[in-house]
Amino acid sequence: MITELTILPGFNKSGLKEDFDELTLQAGETISIVGPTGSGKTAFITDIELLAQGDTATKRQIRINREVPSDAIRYNPALKPIAMITQNTKCFADLSTEEFLQIHARARGIHGKNIIGETIDLANIFTGEKIHRNDKVTTLSGGQTRSLLIADAILIGAAPIVLLDEIENAGIFKQEVLELIHGVGKIIIFVTHDPVIALHTEKRLIMENGAVKKVITQNDLELYAARNLVELDKRIGLIREELRAGNIITRELLNLNLA
Amino acid sequence: MKLAIIAGPPSAGKTALVKQIVSKLHNQIRIAFLKIDVVKAYEDIELEAEFGILTKKIYSGDLCPDHAGVMVLGDAIEWAFANNTDLFIVESAGLCLRCSPYLNQGLGIIVLSSISGIHAPEKMGAMVSLADVAVVTKIDLVSQAEREVLIQKIREIHPQVTLLETNALQGTSLQRLYDLIRNSQDISQDNLCLKGNPPLGTCTICVGKKEIGWRNHFGVVKKLDGNIADCLYRGE
Repeated sequence: MITELTILPGFNKSGLKEDFDELTLQAGETISIVGPTGSGKTAFITDIELLAQGDTATKRQIRINREVPSDAIRYNPALKPIAMITQNTKCFADLSTEEFLQIHARARGIHGKNIIGETIDLANIFTGEKIHRNDKVTTLSGGQTRSLLIADAILIGAAPIVLLDEIENAGIFKQEVLELIHGVGKIIIFVTHDPVIALHTEKRLIMENGAVKKVITQNDLELYAARNLVELDKRIGLIREELRAGNIITRELLNLNLA
Repeated sequence: MKLAIIAGPPSAGKTALVKQIVSKLHNQIRIAFLKIDVVKAYEDIELEAEFGILTKKIYSGDLCPDHAGVMVLGDAIEWAFANNTDLFIVESAGLCLRCSPYLNQGLGIIVLSSISGIHAPEKMGAMVSLADVAVVTKIDLVSQAEREVLIQKIREIHPQVTLLETNALQGTSLQRLYDLIRNSQDISQDNLCLKGNPPLGTCTICVGKKEIGWRNHFGVVKKLDGNIADCLYRGE
């Protein structure tokens, strides 16, 4: 059982030690990483994904339940407690969606009877364009690839620690993703530029020049703001879908969504 | 002396990996480097300029680069020993997929790029299946799921191989490779031989005869239908 994930400080881009002693996340906690492009957000979650032991560019170290993870956990995907959704919206593997998921399920030691079908069904909740099992993963659109990889991370990765790198990009339904992964006892880390996601997590990590600058805990006012933002975001989402479907803005739509 | 033979297709990241190894270890141990290539190589110059280590290169030219490697490796290992080398790194040209350059001693390391295609490990034959270590590079370019799919493929071809993932430009997660090299057995100059089987003997194509059709050749010939052995030239 994974109850704690601890990050020990590394160095910023200027070679100075990061200004924190250690950062510990408990099971069930959500955290967002925010900061300008190039501030080290992706590097931070990549360190976690690789279970870095001072052997990445940042020199950070990761502990699981206060211990150095064993080589088996670091290098065997079947034992790896981490699923990461990267910003990649492209697959290079010359495989059908079904084959891709089958091999990944083998790698992760997942044997569910209908796991492939369930994963594709879940992916299709996140995307407007249906994915079929015989579609080659190389031909999937950015949004489809993203949706498939998120569904894959949830069902086949099935890990207690989930890392999501800018899921708001690439045209997926993020509300559905947010709802699905919240409150299931996992440690969830979002890299994000999206205020809805950032305000929804219990902690925010602010990055600058390759280092953690500060850690902010969500306050009550922010939680209230987050709820309002969700409503606003849903309305923007509806307008987006109307426009994507080739519709025009009518007075009715305007009153309904932007009043 | 330790020996590390590095193989893998062009642009997989062999040289980037060698640079990380050298940069990590050159202050602790004496390293020599040999590059085998066909037409052009700059790795030796770059490594010498950047780290001041002993380097050499050979061009195979019209000779098969793996053949050239086998021919020169005896002298090269003697040269490395004569220069009191602690670690001798050999980087192969990584072209033909028939053979593997690994020896029965030292470490054989295959370098594979994350974006080289899912069937690449299968197609690369002995270069993968006889390696001791497989290093998957460019991991920052693909999703975690796709990396794990590729690794699973390699594991299914070669269950005993030690698998590592890295962004070789940054040297991410290579501590385990450094430890494997440090803890590998010293090689002895006696009894060094290829790990894999060389291809079947020479034939008239190998010596430059261009005519097509098996009737124009002798040595190892093959008809469109039928086994190679049926029409193998056995002398008068």
